[in-house]
Amino acid sequence: MTAGRPYLDGADDSTGTGVRPVLEVTGLDVHYGARRRRRKALHGVSLSVAPGETVGLIGETGSGKSTLARTVLGLVRPTAGSVVVDGEDVTAHSARQWRDLRRRGVIQYVFQDPLRSLDPDLTVEASLAEPLLVRGVARQEAAARVRAFLPRVRLSEELLGRLPGELSGGQRQRIAVARALVTEPRLVVLDEPVSALDSANRVQVLEILKDLRASGVALVFISHDLGSVAGVADRIAVLYRGELVEVGAARDVVGGPEHPYTRLLVGSAPTLRGAPADRSERAALRALLPA
Amino acid sequence: MTTVSEKLLTRAEETGTPGPAEPPDRAVPLLSLRGVRIADGSDGREIVHGVSFELTPGKVVGIVGESGSGKTLTCRAALGILPPHFEVTGGSVEIEGTDISTLTPARWTALRGATISAVFQDPASYLNPSLRIGRQIAEVVRVKKGLGRRAARERVLALLRAVHLRDPELVHDQYPFELSGGMLQRVLIAAAIAADPRILVADEATTALDVTVQAEILDLLADLRERAGLALVVVSHDLAVVAQLCDEVLVMRRGEVVEQGPTRAVLDDPRHDYTRLLISEHEQYGLEKFLGRPGEES
Repeated sequence: MTAGRPYLDGADDSTGTGVRPVLEVTGLDVHYGARRRRRKALHGVSLSVAPGETVGLIGETGSGKSTLARTVLGLVRPTAGSVVVDGEDVTAHSARQWRDLRRRGVIQYVFQDPLRSLDPDLTVEASLAEPLLVRGVARQEAAARVRAFLPRVRLSEELLGRLPGELSGGQRQRIAVARALVTEPRLVVLDEPVSALDSANRVQVLEILKDLRASGVALVFISHDLGSVAGVADRIAVLYRGELVEVGAARDVVGGPEHPYTRLLVGSAPTLRGAPADRSERAALRALLPA
Repeated sequence: MTTVSEKLLTRAEETGTPGPAEPPDRAVPLLSLRGVRIADGSDGREIVHGVSFELTPGKVVGIVGESGSGKTLTCRAALGILPPHFEVTGGSVEIEGTDISTLTPARWTALRGATISAVFQDPASYLNPSLRIGRQIAEVVRVKKGLGRRAARERVLALLRAVHLRDPELVHDQYPFELSGGMLQRVLIAAAIAADPRILVADEATTALDVTVQAEILDLLADLRERAGLALVVVSHDLAVVAQLCDEVLVMRRGEVVEQGPTRAVLDDPRHDYTRLLISEHEQYGLEKFLGRPGEES
């Protein structure tokens, strides 16, 4: 363990359940660019997620959070380290193997902009049924499962015939969430799923995610905003400049952050009771971090 | 009367707790909106259904609402920069006692920057990408203050220092693309206060920034208010941003002010369902869940 990462609560097996993790990232390095222009997007990142667990991954601009998401989804190949999804080492998987993995519905994803996860030419019904049909579920059963799933994302059957363009932003994001979850995957990676939504829709999507946890799916909830993750996450992992600087129970990370960056992050978040730190504390913390 | 920038620039060695620089002048508010209604002239639809508030020196009024709530139109009406087709169809806006509907374009030009100024969400789009930072702020200073080249440079550097940019000399000679979003927003604030306005409108000025950078900009705004008595209108979709900075808050929804009052009172005893929703989002899903209740040890 490097000197820069003293605040990890035994990062690798901190799920503490003794159950095989559904996601296990170990010593992940991702470098972009050739020799001289080489940039380290991720450095030595280790994180595991237990079945049914919700982990909030927090990072600001340039933290590497999107690179980590893309690596876990097989869109970026790591320079070093490994990614194990549900017991299967996917680090060296070929495009075909990844396609297979997605087809089996082990891992799914939701992006910030639902239009990126939804085909604009497919009706809501077709969009939701598609991942089931790909898995070989019979058409009739797929339709039934789609209908049965709708109430869990608080959508009515009236929407089934519509196209994504005919829905509100909040409805679209709920469809994207439904599409990711209808196959009952083991793991869903959500990249800024509520950042583009207004308050009412944000609350609704967060409530839905909270409810869905009961079904045993593990969620990795990525956000730049600690405030939008704190309330749904079991654990919070903080990425700063490509390194995981703190991992712990949400309550501990928010209530007693240890790394200076986490302290600054928590201390900067506006809350209804003012910012948790005052101006001079924040100034002192900034001075502790590299410019 | 001392100006905003003089106070900012001379305070350097002062210690102790800075209070509001001037006693609130109750007689003539800096900015006063009374029952302002705004309509889309192309179809006659009313978009904003009556907004009223008063801004005295050193006071901070916050407007919170979603996109489409009318908060930005309200600000634009106060600045006299409504988009094409939009017009104020009822009520009045007064700046230092003058009804803005009586202002000629020349008077408006004199007023903007020197009395009322603004910063918006996307700082990069308000700067010329092909001019160095220093030159762009110097232009404001030279036109508005009539300073010569050398004096303008000194003043620009002082302004860059006043917005806590780490290396003012370096930033002075840089181009916009070389700066981060947080630095650009500081530059915009420096330009906005260059002509010593008494009112600054900050419309979603921190929305596009990282939380840690947002805190720096909010700290800077609080600082300007305390040290220079600058009056602020802070517009945000986030109730917490508004709560942190403002004395009074207006909650807008679909063109309507659904709740208005002293910030503490609105937070402690919200009357409207929409305000309750905004509060409960924080209480249930925000950091507030893990931080102590007000008055508790956290």
